[in-house]
Amino acid sequence: MNGVDGSTGRLAGKVAIVTGGASGIGRATWRRFLSEGARVLVADRDPSIESEVAAAGSDGAFASLDVRDAESWAALVATSKHRFGRLDVLVNCAGILREGTVEDTSLAEWREVIQVNLTGTFLGCQAAASLMRAGGGGSIVNLSSVSGLKGDAGLVAYDASKGAVAALTRDVALYFARRGEAIRCNSVHPNVVATNMVTGFFKTAKLQKLEQWMESQPSGRMIEPEEIAAAILFLASDESRYVNGSEFVVDCGATA
Amino acid sequence: MAGRLKGKIAFVTGGASGLGAACAARFLAEGAVVTIADLAIEGTSAGGPGSLHRRHFDVTDEAAWEAALAETVREFGRLDILVNAAGISLDGDDLEHCTPEIWNRTIAVNLDGVFLGCKHGVRTMKAFGGGSIINFASILAKVGDGGSIAYTASKGGVRLLTRSTAVYCNRNRLGIRCNAVCPGYFETPMLTNYFATQPAATKQNLIAAQPSGRLGQPKELAGLLVYLASDESHSCNGADFVVDGGFTAA
Repeated sequence: MNGVDGSTGRLAGKVAIVTGGASGIGRATWRRFLSEGARVLVADRDPSIESEVAAAGSDGAFASLDVRDAESWAALVATSKHRFGRLDVLVNCAGILREGTVEDTSLAEWREVIQVNLTGTFLGCQAAASLMRAGGGGSIVNLSSVSGLKGDAGLVAYDASKGAVAALTRDVALYFARRGEAIRCNSVHPNVVATNMVTGFFKTAKLQKLEQWMESQPSGRMIEPEEIAAAILFLASDESRYVNGSEFVVDCGATA
Repeated sequence: MAGRLKGKIAFVTGGASGLGAACAARFLAEGAVVTIADLAIEGTSAGGPGSLHRRHFDVTDEAAWEAALAETVREFGRLDILVNAAGISLDGDDLEHCTPEIWNRTIAVNLDGVFLGCKHGVRTMKAFGGGSIINFASILAKVGDGGSIAYTASKGGVRLLTRSTAVYCNRNRLGIRCNAVCPGYFETPMLTNYFATQPAATKQNLIAAQPSGRLGQPKELAGLLVYLASDESHSCNGADFVVDGGFTAA
């Protein structure tokens, strides 16, 4: 497939924003997107990835983003317009994981998780709409989790935030569809992925140790970030143009 | 973009028309060797050189499954992908009018046929350490429509049969994946035939009920099928994938 700019690949000619791009799924996603011919704005609060993005060539650019802040989002979308002229794909990958039961989670801890995982995703969908619309449509991919589909008994804020992301996704999908606009919105639900977020969590987790978790899994392994990037790529590309408001589960059978 | 299924051996039931045919065409374009197996095909040209093979096939016939998959392995060396796309939707399938004949025939093709596919697909693939089985459920595996009792029951059964198969393959470390696709309303012969039996307004009403304002085109499902058939979906197992333009999000 050839893009208007002559690029080739499954995302040829498309411009994407990937949040949480400094590590894990976000990092695997923007790297894959570049290899598929997209131009990508890599957004994160953590600037440590900037040199890696710069080294990947002129089709990528780093931009600082605090997903909880509407002004930060407005600046990011303006950067996409200024730098690349359009916006076709938004991947809301930025997220945090905190342990805490319904009884011991403080309101401050609750709000921290909800603000990044849920409010950040909402603000992203809101901020992206007008530039996507101006370009004739787009695809929004929101990272939920299998924790948005089932309970964990010790991740109350995380589970709630991820369940809400799935519900938000359906609302956004229907909103644009019923307006006759070609902006799609789908959620991805991975089981435990080999990322810094997860390994950091298991270092201090009281809920379960990583070894125990691995033993409890039918597949006996963690998912690689590149595998989630492949699912995100499908949803970002035109190949999924009739997929809208769907939950895309990638979990090695954990919720089967 | 071609080549995502290069060298893979695929068997597609219901491959002569509609969504099955779109699947087979795309798999061929991506480099797979494809056998389309369908009741509507006369005779068989399975085996020999070339990438496309055709076979008369009845998914409800267990002996036919055993023979066809054994021949696939004999001719092509292995089986990597099985797509259980064959399905029927019969007239008169509402709760108060569905006869035992309609019920039994629908369950036989849509559910027994997929069971036999999973059974013999797993038995065949496990010798090669893995594979991908894709079952056709429907959005009617998730919601009711009030007019298709046997069809809806059969597709709900496919959705859970898929999960059971996935857990079985995980537990026995077979390396085989099994997922379901849940298409919404696509412009296929099945749907066109249904419209032909209904009042003229039925089609327009169904289109008006779609958030997308249109029916899906068969080729719009094919991208998902390539993803699920390819190694890119290595960690997808026991899940169902809805392609319905947002219909069941509401």
